[in-house]
Amino acid sequence: MESDTPLLEVRDLSVQFPSPHGWLTVVDKVSFNVGRNDIVCVVGESGSGKSVTMQAAVGLVQPKGGRIKSGSVRFDGQELVGMGNRQLNRIRGDAIGFIFQEPMSSLNPAYTVGEQIAEVVRRHRGLSRADAWKRAVEALDRVHIASAASRAAEYPHQFSGGMRQRVMIAMSIACDPKLLIADEPTTALDVTIQARILELLRELQRDSGMSVLFITHDLGVVADIARHVVVMYGAQVVESADVDNLFGAPRHPYTSGLLGAMPQVALERGHDPIAIPGTVAQAHSWPSGCRFNPRCIYREEGTCTTTAIPLEPIGGGLVRCARAAELQSTLGRAMVTA
Amino acid sequence: MSNKPCLRVENLHVSYDVGSTGFLGKRRKLHAVNDVSLEIGAGETLGLVGESGSGKSTAGLAILRLIDVASGTVRLGETDVAGATRSELRALRRRMQMVFQDPYSSLNPSMTIAQLLEEPLIIHADIPKDERKAMIGRMLESVGLHAGYAARYPHEFSGGQRQRIAIARAMMLHPELVVLDEPVSALDVSTQSQIMNLLKKIQGDSGTAFLLVAHDLSVVRLMSPRVAVMYLGEIVETGPSGRVYDQPAHPYTAALISAVPFPDPERQRRVNRIILGGDLPSPMSPPSGCRFRTRCPFVMDICSKEAPPKVAVEGGGLASCHLHAHGPKLGGRSLNDFIRDKQIVSAA
Repeated sequence: MESDTPLLEVRDLSVQFPSPHGWLTVVDKVSFNVGRNDIVCVVGESGSGKSVTMQAAVGLVQPKGGRIKSGSVRFDGQELVGMGNRQLNRIRGDAIGFIFQEPMSSLNPAYTVGEQIAEVVRRHRGLSRADAWKRAVEALDRVHIASAASRAAEYPHQFSGGMRQRVMIAMSIACDPKLLIADEPTTALDVTIQARILELLRELQRDSGMSVLFITHDLGVVADIARHVVVMYGAQVVESADVDNLFGAPRHPYTSGLLGAMPQVALERGHDPIAIPGTVAQAHSWPSGCRFNPRCIYREEGTCTTTAIPLEPIGGGLVRCARAAELQSTLGRAMVTA
Repeated sequence: MSNKPCLRVENLHVSYDVGSTGFLGKRRKLHAVNDVSLEIGAGETLGLVGESGSGKSTAGLAILRLIDVASGTVRLGETDVAGATRSELRALRRRMQMVFQDPYSSLNPSMTIAQLLEEPLIIHADIPKDERKAMIGRMLESVGLHAGYAARYPHEFSGGQRQRIAIARAMMLHPELVVLDEPVSALDVSTQSQIMNLLKKIQGDSGTAFLLVAHDLSVVRLMSPRVAVMYLGEIVETGPSGRVYDQPAHPYTAALISAVPFPDPERQRRVNRIILGGDLPSPMSPPSGCRFRTRCPFVMDICSKEAPPKVAVEGGGLASCHLHAHGPKLGGRSLNDFIRDKQIVSAA
C-alpha cells in the first residue's frame, strides 16, 4: 500500500456539460497529483472549474448531466473513470471522505447526527448498530465536540454552523479515509470559526496521515493550510507549485494579480487593491490563445493571443504563460514580503 | 467628525418578537441591537464590522426603517427617521438607499436594466421620460457599464456587473446616505476590488455618506476612515480604521483580525493567533456583564458582574473592556503588547 505512486493521480481530465451552445468544456485537460500524507489546495474563482474537477474525479458529474470527455483518475492504484456506481459507492464515504460548503444542506434534518454518522460506518464497515454508534461518538470526539456521547443524540438544527461543519468532518473521517476532499468547507463560516476548522483539519491530517484535497477561492486559506497548490483559471490549470514557491514567487500573472487584488495585501503594501480588469472568462466564449489574455496587463499581441499556451515546468513548478520566463523577476517583485 | 453629521444614531435598540414560551407563555423578545450610537458625516464612510449574529445588518435595516426601531433616535440631517410616519417615510426613502450583498437576488429578473433604474425616478421624482432615459445612460456609464446595456436583463450580467447595476439603482436619486450591506463579499476576489474602487469614486463625485456593513475588517479598513465593531448586538470598539486594525483595544477585535488568514504561508506558520472557543451565545439570554466574556481568552471575575465601561483609546475611539481598568490595566492602550508572543486559545 505504501508505495511511491501518488494517492490520487488526475491526468488530462476533461469534463463537459450540455448547454444551448452545445457541449461546453468546463474542465480542460486538467492534471495534478495528491501525494500520500499531503495537503493540496485547488484554488480558483467561480467558473474556474475547480469544483467540477473534484466532482468528476469521484464520479459525481454524470448524475448532473455532465460527461467525462477524456482523461484518467487513479486513486490508490484504481482507475475511477469508467468505474460503476456500485464500486464507486464503496469507495466514496469510505476511502474517500467529503466535506462540502453548506453543512446544513448535507445533513438530514430528520435524523440525529449520531445516526447519520453511524449509518455511514454501518454501510461501509458492516458494524452492528451498537458498534457503529460507538464509532460515531468517537468521531464526534475526534472533532472536539464536547460531551460527544449526548450530543450524538441531537439533531442538526441543535448545532451552530461551525458545529455542524464539525459534524460533517466527523462523518467524513469516521471510516478513516485515505483521502479527504473538502470543497470550500469554511466559506460559509465566520472567520473566527474558520480559523478553528482549519486548525482541526490540520490536526486530523497530522494525526491520521490521510491526504487532503482542499478546494477554495481564498488565497489566505491556501497559505494557511496547503503544502502544494494548483491554480485554475478558465477550466485549465494555469500554475502549480509548492505553497512557499507559489506565494514567494508567483509565475503566472493571474496568480500575482489575485494576490494584488486581496484587501489584506493592498493594506500591507499601502495602496488601494489593484483590480484585475474585466470579468472571468466563460466556457462558451474562451478567448483564443491564453484564456487570461483579455485581462492580463502583460499581454503581448500574437504571443499570447493566437495559439493555446502549454503548461510548462519552471522553477520547480508548472506554469501556463507564454511570457513566464521573461516575467519572472517582474512578478516576483510584485510579491509581499513579510 | 470633519463636517456636519448626515446620520446621527443614538441609543438604538431593535428587537424581534420570537413568539411565546408555550401555551399562554410569556412573549419573548430577541434584542438584536442593543444601545447602538453612531454618527456619519456628509460624504463620509463608516464601517460597521461584525460576524453573523452581531446585529450589524439589523442595525443597517433599522437605520433605514426597513424594520421597526424599538427605541432610540435616528436622524438623517434634521429629519427624524425613527419616529417618521408612513408619508414622512415615503419622502425619506429617496434620501436614503441600500445596496444588498447578493446581486443575484436583489435585482428583479423580469425587469430590464432601464426599468430597474427608472423605477426610483418614476416613484420619487417628476422627471420627463426623455430626461429619465438620459439620466439612466449617464448613471450606467458612471458605474462603468455601457449605456447600451439598458435594454438587457440582469441574467445577462456577471456578479460584479450586477453589483454595479445595484449601485447605480441606489444612486439614481442622489441619496444622502447609502447603507452598503456586504457589497463585495459575494463577488470573486478579482472583481471585489473593482467594486470597492467604484464605490470610492462614486462617493467622491456625489458626496453621499456610506454606512458600510461588512464582516471583513480589511475591506472596511480600505473603504472607510472610521469603524465600529459589533458583537452580539453591541458596539465593542470604535475608532479610526487604521488604529483599530493595527492596534486593537478590544480582545474581540484582536481575535477578528488575527483569524483572517494572510496570503503568506511563512507568516501563517509563525503568527500568533487568538483562537476563540465556544459559539456565539444566544441573543435571547446574553451573558451577564460583558457579552464577550464567555469566549474571551482574558476573562476576569469582574467581567460577569459588571458591564464594561467605554474607555477612550490612545489614537482615537472607544473600547468597552474591563482590561483597561483591571488585570493588566491597559488604560486605553492597544492589546498588542499584552498578547505578543502568545498563542492564545480561549477556553469554552
